[in-house]
Amino acid sequence: MTVTATIEHMLTRITGDEKHSPSANSTLDVLWVLYDRILRITPETVDDPDRDRFLLSKGHGPAAYYAVLAAKGFIPEEWLDGLGTRMNHLGGHPDRVLVPGVEVGTGSLGHGLGLAVGTVLGLRAQGFVDSRVFVLLGDAELDEGSNHEAIAYAAATKLPLTAIVIDNQSATHGWPGGIAARFPGFTTAIVDGRDHRAIELALADRDRDRPHLVVAAV
Amino acid sequence: MRDTFVATTTALLEEDPRTAIVLADISADAFLPAMRRHPDRVLNVGIREQLMAGVAGGLALTGMRPFLHSYAPFLVDRAYEQLKLDLGHQDAGAVLVSIGASYDASGAGYTHQSPGDVELLDTLEGWTVHVPGHPDEVPALLRAAARTDDRVYVRLSSQENTRAYDTGPALQVVRPGWAGAPVVVAVGPMLDPVLAATDGLDVTVAYTLTPRPLDTAGLRRLVSRDVVLVEPYLSGTSSRQVADALRDIPHRSLHLGVGRTEIRHYGTPADHARTHGLDPASLRASITGFLDPRV
Repeated sequence: MTVTATIEHMLTRITGDEKHSPSANSTLDVLWVLYDRILRITPETVDDPDRDRFLLSKGHGPAAYYAVLAAKGFIPEEWLDGLGTRMNHLGGHPDRVLVPGVEVGTGSLGHGLGLAVGTVLGLRAQGFVDSRVFVLLGDAELDEGSNHEAIAYAAATKLPLTAIVIDNQSATHGWPGGIAARFPGFTTAIVDGRDHRAIELALADRDRDRPHLVVAAV
Repeated sequence: MRDTFVATTTALLEEDPRTAIVLADISADAFLPAMRRHPDRVLNVGIREQLMAGVAGGLALTGMRPFLHSYAPFLVDRAYEQLKLDLGHQDAGAVLVSIGASYDASGAGYTHQSPGDVELLDTLEGWTVHVPGHPDEVPALLRAAARTDDRVYVRLSSQENTRAYDTGPALQVVRPGWAGAPVVVAVGPMLDPVLAATDGLDVTVAYTLTPRPLDTAGLRRLVSRDVVLVEPYLSGTSSRQVADALRDIPHRSLHLGVGRTEIRHYGTPADHARTHGLDPASLRASITGFLDPRV
């Protein structure tokens, strides 16, 4: 099977449906590119202190996340069956205590960016300056005010983290002027959220002295 | 107590590379020397308490030991969900060190007061709560907290007892009564008012600066029938713990603390203590009325 077919198979196994919900689908390509081409992390290095970190802030619709983790060997493929049932570690929102490779347990929106800021600071304080930190949010998640505390601080202190916003235009009141305008002080890239090459280039880009924003429009 | 906190954590920064301080502007001036020396580990996020807690969670997940600090209402009340999720749900720990307590900021008004902080933390799992009654008790508590990855809350106050006591977790008898005498447990800075209030009464006065987890075994050993809890935060905060500890022992209990009605006056902490019935005269009236309703 091709990569895409593998993931499609995994998603079908999770949802039991050939059609997948928009919130699960919106993140799929970005997650695949991250785990396939960007992150320095494997099932063997999930506890290495200097590993790259990926934080899924938008814990909703984690089917694509679970599918990618299974495809990359972090979790057994069998876990994809029976999502959210009593005996399964995979639920409606991911729990880091239950799922190998999951860095943070999320679900309530607006928590990942603050945790990511702390992760960058902790890595830097321990001298792990080559470790990268990625955090993925949804455009509607940006409604939560806690994000803006983290955005402003990351910019002011020039923290080298990469925020990814999946923009499927789901914020109730929208973001007039665009998502990137809400991240002053970040370097920004706006890409087609289905274009793997464009996503890869945008994620690989980094400035060690500034936070980076990738808006993936889907 | 705040000065002791600054001095102890500044020393910890030198001694233990895991130590990190996260501030939200409050007390930032006091940490300036430490910040200059350890810019990567003394972090002031500005007036952003949600971020302060989130940053602590992130730091802890990388293996650091974060100390957070602000006024109690901003550190606990405002960032409650961050404490619940960014620490507890992540199975991460941190040391929260608050100032202000229930009414240290009596003149500032209700916005700067947190009588409900301990009760809020009681809704969450695994928090150790220290309520020191004297500055000299603070260093040992902070140093012990630095050595673990637990979730620890240290509630500092400008209300102080005249002397320091042992900082161990056990209930300690400060003034024994006759065998079987009613037990009055004072938490942190309530001890001096309780000692004054019970002068000459046949009661055993016990002290704890660690109400969570409450020393329930010690309480069971001490209490014969009557027990009075005097706490410097919401009255009745420990009623569940006391009831659990004495669940199979016939007992009577009285819980005194900060009232549950918002006090809309300013004034001094002593004024607020009187309003809440926590001054020695009011405490004595409440305690004697409970022990002997005929009085």
